[in-house]
Amino acid sequence: MTLKTEPFVVNIGPQHPSTHGVFRLRTTLDGEVIVDVEPIFGYLHRGIEKLAEERTYGGIIPLTDRLDYLASMSNNMGYCMAVEKLAGIEVPERAEYLRVILAELQRIASHLIGVGAFFNDLGAMMTPIVYMIREREKIVDLFEMLCGQRLTYNFMRFGGLSQDIPEEFLPALRKFLDQMPRFIDEYDQLLMDNEIVLARSKDVGVLPAETAINISASGPVLRGSGVKWDIRKADPYSVYDRFEFDIPTGTAGDAYDRYRVKVEEMRQSLRIIEQAVAQLPGGPFRSKVPFLVRPPVGEAYAHIESARGDLGFYLVSDNSIAPYRFHVRAPSLINLTALREMLIGWKVADAIIIFGSIDIVMGEVDR
Amino acid sequence: MTAVLSPRNIADRLEKEFPGSIVSSDDNSFEMNSTFLVPAARFLKDTPGLDFDFLSYITGIDRYDHFELVYHLVSLKHNHSLTFKVRCYGRDNPSAPSLTPVWRGADFQEREIFDLLGVRFEGHPNLKRIVLWEGFDGHPLRKDFLG
Amino acid sequence: MEIVPERPSLIELDRHEGQVIEDMKAASNRPLSDPVAWLEEDIERNILLTTVDAMINWARGSSVWPAMFAPACCAFEMIAMAASRFDVSRFGMEIFRASPRQADLMITAGTLTWKMAPNVKRIYDQMAEPKWVLAMGSCGVSGGIFASSSYAVVPGYNRIIPVDVYVPGCPPRPEALLYGIRMLHQKIAKGSLARHDN
Repeated sequence: MTLKTEPFVVNIGPQHPSTHGVFRLRTTLDGEVIVDVEPIFGYLHRGIEKLAEERTYGGIIPLTDRLDYLASMSNNMGYCMAVEKLAGIEVPERAEYLRVILAELQRIASHLIGVGAFFNDLGAMMTPIVYMIREREKIVDLFEMLCGQRLTYNFMRFGGLSQDIPEEFLPALRKFLDQMPRFIDEYDQLLMDNEIVLARSKDVGVLPAETAINISASGPVLRGSGVKWDIRKADPYSVYDRFEFDIPTGTAGDAYDRYRVKVEEMRQSLRIIEQAVAQLPGGPFRSKVPFLVRPPVGEAYAHIESARGDLGFYLVSDNSIAPYRFHVRAPSLINLTALREMLIGWKVADAIIIFGSIDIVMGEVDR
Repeated sequence: MTAVLSPRNIADRLEKEFPGSIVSSDDNSFEMNSTFLVPAARFLKDTPGLDFDFLSYITGIDRYDHFELVYHLVSLKHNHSLTFKVRCYGRDNPSAPSLTPVWRGADFQEREIFDLLGVRFEGHPNLKRIVLWEGFDGHPLRKDFLG
Repeated sequence: MEIVPERPSLIELDRHEGQVIEDMKAASNRPLSDPVAWLEEDIERNILLTTVDAMINWARGSSVWPAMFAPACCAFEMIAMAASRFDVSRFGMEIFRASPRQADLMITAGTLTWKMAPNVKRIYDQMAEPKWVLAMGSCGVSGGIFASSSYAVVPGYNRIIPVDVYVPGCPPRPEALLYGIRMLHQKIAKGSLARHDN
């Protein structure tokens, strides 16, 4: 007698501990094997693009904080760069260096959660992520020193930063830079060659390089597939062209490679911060900018390499105090394009890992 | 540094290849006739020397009398980029050809534009609302949307 | 099919009551001894007298298990609160339950959109009584920064589910959230089984 199973539909999410927020996968299962997936978005669609049309340019900075809320500083930076491009605002050198330091710290903080959550999904419930949150708190403390907030910083302004760093910031950063490499080594000792990690994430959810490019993937997802493409190198913004760093890439494009890329990126970020601190110039932290920015009619696009990939802001100005159109190129959303074919054929438990390895933030996916 | 290819040059090449495809061109972008969008996109993607293999983003803008779609292409191979625009007219049922068969990265972005601006993409494999729910009245990013 | 409960006839009820009286009469033919006298000395020192309400509320308040429910930004402050630094397990609630059926408290860590609203209602309905809701963050309280985007965002969770404690902030710091949880404990301590108003 042969056993036959009927395909049936299972909703994973929108409230599910491993959907990293409110994401829904409508899976069709044959037994435990996924035969079809439909990702359903929009459970966190807050209309940020519409809201931005009724706010002044400066008033949009807090909204960008809440896009990719794990990397608020990077979002601030990308948006401020777009407005600076649109309005032709100069940024003093000290501000550029500080922005780089903050953006890289933010990348580390974001990757810590990204990697920790990935291990949560893998089944190592809570132990790795509690360690990684411990280190993230150190970065959060540094940011809190600057602006008093722990998550949504609202720190960057057009033409620089909202205020200069306090004098205790650099010693605290020094302490962090001395500690952090040891912590990353500690994670690697625990996790990198862990047999369970290898067995569960090697060759799981392979995204070939051609597909990754065709779906416009970016960030660790693209680099995990072996494509050496990083906006910091390919289209250097701010002062990234003055620092030496490598672009870590994977080879197989599987979940394990995406995790490794993130860990290596943390090390490279530390390298960049070291150089930026050593070269940090004096001078003003902000250029003189009118309170109400009124850019000339036109459009501008600025993009940065955020923790999740190629984050871009497209602005259209009609010479008023609010943008005519504010569009975000959201790497989290676009990285999910190939999710369906990455999941089909895998078991439910693997689907959670594959999804976790893409490392999305719902605030950015739905906006 | 990602080199920005001169839109005028590309527009001239496209006009030679597909007569009547270019509406206008300036220093930042060129505007294409929407009927030629898919063949022109394939041309941009497959021509050696251009090799635009990466569709960075698509966005739509409501200009009251028409909708403007902005496409930004990048070539990872040659590290250059290009921006072009397409207009679609009409407020009831504006439409443009879908680029999803050429670059799959267009998939969710076109669905988002359909959802928020109401521009139909002909040939899209799964064109339905993405962030709002079925039955939502109107398209919020339109300038005349009453919230 | 309608189920008709069996109703004993009145005379049977009378007989039952009479039997209870007879039983009690039979069991009470000797006077009860002084309660203290039947206790061993070491047990005697370990008995506290309290009300049932205070006892149950103490137990409930010391083991509030939150549902794992994290729509948006505030989630990371909630996670930070649960992690080692702020350590919510001091209050007996480190276990975040993935299933709402095992949870007592919903911490609404993030913006609620209309698309999510039916799911939130459902999660709330799935939670077993007694249950509490802590509206975390400005979005949870009133829609916050997104409130003017009325097309997608619900202006506060209290449109959908009853909220017990409001913790403002965008996002609130973990300390603020702990303060909110302490306030919830105070609220639980005031509850009464008889009044059923929690």
